[in-house]
Amino acid sequence: MEDFRTRLGRGDAILADGAIGSLLMARGLARGAAPESFNLSQPQLLEEIARLYLDAGAEIIQTNTFGASPLKLASYALADKTTAINQSAVAAVRRAVGERAYVSASCGPSGRILKPFGDTEAEEMYVSFRTQMQAVIGAGADIVCIETMSDINEARLAVRAARSVSTTIPLMATMTFEATPRGFFTIMGVSIAAACSELEKAGADLIGSNCGNGSLQMIAIAIEFNKFSKLPLVIQANAGVPELRQGRVHYPETPEMMAEMSKELLAAGVAVLGGCCGTTPDHIRAMRPVLDEENKTRHGHS
Amino acid sequence: MEILQQIARSLEGGDDAMVPQLTRQALAAGIAPKTILDDGLIAGMNVVGEKFRVHDIFLPDVLLAAKAMYAGMEVLKPLLISAGVSSRGRVVIGSVQGDLHDIGKNLVGIMLKGAGFEVIDLGNDVAASTFVAEAKSREACVIGMSALLTTTMPVMKEVVDLLKMQNLRGRIKTIIGGAPVSRDYAAEIGADAYGYDCAQAVENVKKLAAAAG
Repeated sequence: MEDFRTRLGRGDAILADGAIGSLLMARGLARGAAPESFNLSQPQLLEEIARLYLDAGAEIIQTNTFGASPLKLASYALADKTTAINQSAVAAVRRAVGERAYVSASCGPSGRILKPFGDTEAEEMYVSFRTQMQAVIGAGADIVCIETMSDINEARLAVRAARSVSTTIPLMATMTFEATPRGFFTIMGVSIAAACSELEKAGADLIGSNCGNGSLQMIAIAIEFNKFSKLPLVIQANAGVPELRQGRVHYPETPEMMAEMSKELLAAGVAVLGGCCGTTPDHIRAMRPVLDEENKTRHGHS
Repeated sequence: MEILQQIARSLEGGDDAMVPQLTRQALAAGIAPKTILDDGLIAGMNVVGEKFRVHDIFLPDVLLAAKAMYAGMEVLKPLLISAGVSSRGRVVIGSVQGDLHDIGKNLVGIMLKGAGFEVIDLGNDVAASTFVAEAKSREACVIGMSALLTTTMPVMKEVVDLLKMQNLRGRIKTIIGGAPVSRDYAAEIGADAYGYDCAQAVENVKKLAAAAG
């Protein structure tokens, strides 16, 4: 497997995977249970999901560690198992993909709010992220992906925590924005301009956006990022805004729709493209040929 | 009553030192606690809720305003109780199972307390059976449920169905809120009301409490 940074430097468009949670639910994850509880009880299911995305053409496979910082795991009384939960998730994806894909360690928000708005000290949050980072990087993750952040201070703490463990591991950091009459902001009031400068300063190698309100808004978000940053861009959109149909959650963007909109995201220069909530291996499979075409264009083949 | 406007403005600015101080001043000037609550604290919080809804301000401002509101209410609470301002009833609130987002729910809780309800906050990740059991044992008239994740929304229907099964629909009313839910969803699952934002949630809880019985 070629070095990830070499590929970034060459300007490749790299395909990441889609959602994990819904696939876990389809495999028996109970509502209300921590998705990360499977990491210890049924790691073979994580391997199975990783293989589905690998077969769909993904080159970056995320670990099931979105909520595996000890602060977050504490809400499920699992904080004392932090290291094992993270190590097991990295190992499961590695067993599934070997060296055929990059293992990307997912790290989501702590679920806590920093002082003075909330009750959590920055130091406590930093230590929490650092504990998770030591586990995933120690277990051999190729990339760290800090995602779905809305507070820039929390995102910076996570980036710094990762950097304190490894100065060299490629680090992606993405935030979740919504459209307001004054442009895109996170719910905590962070603009794309602020996200760009702060995440880069903190030590992220790739920045961008994930989750949110579907591909169309992501195209506008990607264009906005380009105004403020020269770092490689990561975009992982939801499959639209979810609706409830007959009691079941339904995401409106089909694999074909997302593949079509991927063209515009790639035209905006996106380096890493994947999916977030509501995306499936079928979505990733549909995006694969679009990326292949794009890479031919980017490298001057016809 | 310029001081009430000052209270409202300080609350909007999230000044949790100024709000209790002005509240004490207003009391010293002989303004009734209920008037200070309604025209000072709640008036300010309503502005904050509306500004948040239209993205004029963001969550940090709302959280600071909520802190300031609490600080003001601490001053008023003993006086409201001794003045015999009766409770409008008991409301059980919580975020549904599998949902760890609680900011919207907390705001509604603050506003409900401000509006004179006794609020039993079950916190996050509350199972359908817990909502119903708590509402029964605490003799609440309304259950308020919040969800931020679409995957957790079906729990709201479970609560409504449980109440139906136990013939409690008349006595315990339900209201739902949160980003992924809507008036249509409330109707679809048979919830009694929907709160688009904090202010509407409180207004609808008032109506439901009056109708429950």
